[in-house]
Amino acid sequence: MREDDYLEIDFKDTPTDFSIERRDFLKVAGAGIFILFTWGDPKVFAKERLGQDLPKDFNAFLKIGEDGRVSCYTGKIEMGQGVITSLAQMLADELDVSLESVDMVMGDTDLCPWDMGTFGSMTTRFFGPPLRAAGAEGRQVLKELAAKQLKVPIEDLVTNNGVVFVKNNKIKKVTYAQLTKGKKIEKHVSEKVPVKKPSEFKIIGKSVRHHDGYEKVTGKAKYAGDIQLPGMLYARILRPPAHAAKLISVDLSEVKKIKDVQVIQEGDFIAVLHQYPDVADNALSKIKTNYDKPDTGIDDKNIFDHLLKAAPKGEVEAEGGDLKKGESESEIIFDSTYLDGYKAHSPIEPHTAVVNIEGKKVTIWASTQTPFPAKDAIAKLLEIPSDNVHVISPFVGGGFGGKSRNLQIEQAACLAKLTGKPIQVAWTREDEFFDDSFRPAAIVKIRSGIDRNGDITFWDYGVYFAGSRGAQQFYNIPNHITTSFNSARGSESNPHPFATGPWRAPGNNTNTFARESQIDIMAAKAGVDPVEFRLKHLNDKKIQRVLKTAAEKFGWRPAKAPSGRGFGVAVGIDAGTWVAAIAEVEVNKNTGDVKVKRVVCAQDMGLCVNPEGATIQMEGCITMGLGYTLKEDIHFKNGEIFDLNFDTYEIPRFSWLPKIETHIIDNQNEPAQGGGEPAIVVMGAVVGNAIYDAIGARLYQLPMIPDRVKAAMMK
Amino acid sequence: MIETIQFTLNGKPVKVDVDSDRMLLWVLRTNFQLTGTKYGCGESFCGACTVLVNNEAVRSCGTAVKDIKNKKVVTIEGLEENGKLHPIQKAFMENDGLQCGYCTPGMIMNAYSLLNKNFKPTTEQIVEGMNDNLCRCGAHKRIVKAIHTAAKEMQGGN
Repeated sequence: MREDDYLEIDFKDTPTDFSIERRDFLKVAGAGIFILFTWGDPKVFAKERLGQDLPKDFNAFLKIGEDGRVSCYTGKIEMGQGVITSLAQMLADELDVSLESVDMVMGDTDLCPWDMGTFGSMTTRFFGPPLRAAGAEGRQVLKELAAKQLKVPIEDLVTNNGVVFVKNNKIKKVTYAQLTKGKKIEKHVSEKVPVKKPSEFKIIGKSVRHHDGYEKVTGKAKYAGDIQLPGMLYARILRPPAHAAKLISVDLSEVKKIKDVQVIQEGDFIAVLHQYPDVADNALSKIKTNYDKPDTGIDDKNIFDHLLKAAPKGEVEAEGGDLKKGESESEIIFDSTYLDGYKAHSPIEPHTAVVNIEGKKVTIWASTQTPFPAKDAIAKLLEIPSDNVHVISPFVGGGFGGKSRNLQIEQAACLAKLTGKPIQVAWTREDEFFDDSFRPAAIVKIRSGIDRNGDITFWDYGVYFAGSRGAQQFYNIPNHITTSFNSARGSESNPHPFATGPWRAPGNNTNTFARESQIDIMAAKAGVDPVEFRLKHLNDKKIQRVLKTAAEKFGWRPAKAPSGRGFGVAVGIDAGTWVAAIAEVEVNKNTGDVKVKRVVCAQDMGLCVNPEGATIQMEGCITMGLGYTLKEDIHFKNGEIFDLNFDTYEIPRFSWLPKIETHIIDNQNEPAQGGGEPAIVVMGAVVGNAIYDAIGARLYQLPMIPDRVKAAMMK
Repeated sequence: MIETIQFTLNGKPVKVDVDSDRMLLWVLRTNFQLTGTKYGCGESFCGACTVLVNNEAVRSCGTAVKDIKNKKVVTIEGLEENGKLHPIQKAFMENDGLQCGYCTPGMIMNAYSLLNKNFKPTTEQIVEGMNDNLCRCGAHKRIVKAIHTAAKEMQGGN
């Protein structure tokens, strides 16, 4: 993936080739019934297959083993979002086995077929349907085998909980394990076997607790940093004082005096190694350096001017009607500029990797959202065939998009090669903040108007650097245009002073903040209740239902803002899921402090596989979203990052917790949509709009820190 | 300075020859291979490394091993007894008081210390007592619920 591609990752998939011989991993997996299947666009896939020796016809498979256990092999990973549970539910239901008999084998590059990575709320949406089809196919194969063995027509057979029965004669039966014994059957999904109808679901749609809770509450869950190999050294890597700083001179004499410490220098890359990480850390502090720091003058205040100057030509994302006509019909025109600063991912587990090189074989345990791209990158770096690299995905301590980038694995691989020893690179918190790929700072400019009836006449929307995800408006506006001025895709110039990358629902957070604030401004000026104003301009029945549900559950009583009540509303769509939220805030006019007291959130995600899991994700989105809304902002100047730990970079904590109420619309007949990201996108606007309703002050910049709230009150 | 440090670890007396200025977190993880205790920030800001020393929650990343001489240290690995989960562990599981699970050991150890001092905490007291333990996934709501559940089950005992 190119560095700037994350901005566009949304609803499309890009299948790529595999590097493992099918025979090889079917051998690894032992005897049983194998159902091979593909997720992604089959046409693209077929094209990729041409002229290649390796199997290209599947990218996931499941195995019904001789012991009756079912294993699903997928390159997806679990990082707290709960797919290890929801995927198992889908498979168990279609195959008609108990949930307990399903094992998910995830993110192991030797056992699982190629996968591009886990991000964009795509696992359930795109991987779910073929997984269900494979489960249904597996059940059909088992019934065919049972028909032969029991000598009855297949139509007379039914399945339940891992057993095939003869209808009307339930004594005549055979278990999946018995049917599988000694067999090695390989079958592709034919897509001819129908999946279950919602009325037939036994496990899909039922709330199930996290599959991995036991390991996590006992400390038994192994994360990359918990892997300890004989002879392994922990590495600490010298961090420059600023991005783009050049190392002029370095004095390693002190550090080299420390017993058992090994120092590696390859140009600017300097690492200190020891059998204990803390000893390596102390040793690192003994290095004396002299850097030439850049003097660009760019900081977190003037970054927006800098970005606007660097913005490339715009690309029209959507347009309709005639803007000029819309303007001429307007009674009032609104011009607004919305700003959003850089955000860190700051998962509690920093980036970590263990690399072990034994002969030709390289084994890697890493906290990564992209094990297969990591495998290819390391093969290239070490100049060895990709087949020699094995990436294992242990538990991942939070990703949020940040662990799509694998710099720490590259560092560990270099050091393993140079030292000939197993190496663990575990970033310190300071490393994590410095080398994170931040959610990009961004600007949104909106010009819009209303006529004397309070109808929206036109909408001219320009987004700079937040990407197109969530940029397109969905209101009934006759004259509109959406233009994106994004990071110069494919060009050499990158205007950001450091790495940027995907961050839980990427630019949709910025886009929804801007759009829903602007809608609110117009509603207030029109003197119309903000819920009513939105409903009036929404045609889509689904979003209407979601918004009405949120309003009803909140107990919304219409009033024109600012009503003094501190109630705000916002709607959005992400990863195919519609979301509406209503919040209540309390603003301290003296200090500018904002306390979010209550958030009611409704969403329509189509078929909801695990309501408990989806609810947890909504709660997580709401809680995490308070951070970028109220406090999170990376402060920097001349490439130096000033926020390097949780003392100044404040993330949400228990005392911030509002009363959270979530409602999932029952919509089982539609395809499952994303769940890990959607609810976070509305948080900026719902809080901003509630602040306006409370005190009549409008915030145009995230985060809404007390100083900005006070400044807005002065206007 | 290399010293022999003796203390009780998860109910068993142990001794280790170690530079006594090293932090307990790293000694637990590297000398005792008890990796349930996590590094999160190294500055006592996040609480992922929380363990019990004489029943008090402490940040093991900021506690030197020389300060735990002859004391009782309990880590997440020491809570389960004879294959039976501690009520707090059980409550975290039953309430899904976790997502990625990385902050979970620290949360549970801090909750243990909290419930040790206050058998029947109010929500406000739980929030205050847990406020310096950070979770990025946003499991806070369920962690509060889990601690209430555990308090009910324990009824003042451990």
